[in-house]
Amino acid sequence: MAPGFLEPLIFYVAAAVLIIGALAVVFLPRIIHAALSLVLFFVATAGIFILLHAEFVAAAQILIYAGAITVLVLFAVMLTQQSQSLESNPFNAQGLVASFVAAATFAAILPALLAIPGKNRPGPNIDLIPELGKAMLGPWILSFEIASVLLLAALIGSIVIAKEN
Amino acid sequence: METIGLSHYLILSAIIFTVGVYGALAKRNAVVILMSIELMFNAVNIAFVAVSRYGPIPPGAPGVDLTGQIFALFIITVGAAEAAVALAIILAIYRLRRTISIDDLNLMKW
Repeated sequence: MAPGFLEPLIFYVAAAVLIIGALAVVFLPRIIHAALSLVLFFVATAGIFILLHAEFVAAAQILIYAGAITVLVLFAVMLTQQSQSLESNPFNAQGLVASFVAAATFAAILPALLAIPGKNRPGPNIDLIPELGKAMLGPWILSFEIASVLLLAALIGSIVIAKEN
Repeated sequence: METIGLSHYLILSAIIFTVGVYGALAKRNAVVILMSIELMFNAVNIAFVAVSRYGPIPPGAPGVDLTGQIFALFIITVGAAEAAVALAIILAIYRLRRTISIDDLNLMKW
């Protein structure tokens, strides 16, 4: 199979999985199914990242989202489940307003996104991970250090909030 | 089939973001609202990484622009921190009120 044929195929499969997974998170009636659809969604997102030659971002996506955040969400689902009812993922009374706001958001962001001038040929297929490391510890070093402080604060903060008493 | 360009990824990102907005506004369970916010984070990440690969290269940059990928990595970091704190808050609320339905958590509603 020629690569020119493979790339659209992978894109459309991953895009279909992404949209179905996102809709499943919102519309499945049982919350545990919604949480497991989220795993599918995160893995498909990593596939899109690999297609975009962002391998490191894809690896971080798998490790952090599909690995860690999913486990956190599943623990939260299990610890806050009151009953085994069918309707554990209910809608609230704002469905109409929510669909209006969502449609307005889509109408607002789509022209802005499509106005981004894109060259329709991709960048070079070189190994970007060394460049990413140099950029992280070069021009972005301050953000990098602030991110580590943020993670420490979130770690301590969530322990303090969630522990008994 | 036509070649996949920047607009394909950006339209996909917009669709997922819209689903996330709808979920965050229309669901009753606080955990699902958090999950919808994660959908929005991922939609934005797809847009950032796509622009990093297909977008215009700024003058002076060495051949390839990694800013989008670096933004995506920081969003993943902040998203993880946000998820941990938000789920801790949800657990604390559940321990106090025995519910995480946002219809019942209206103490701060004016």
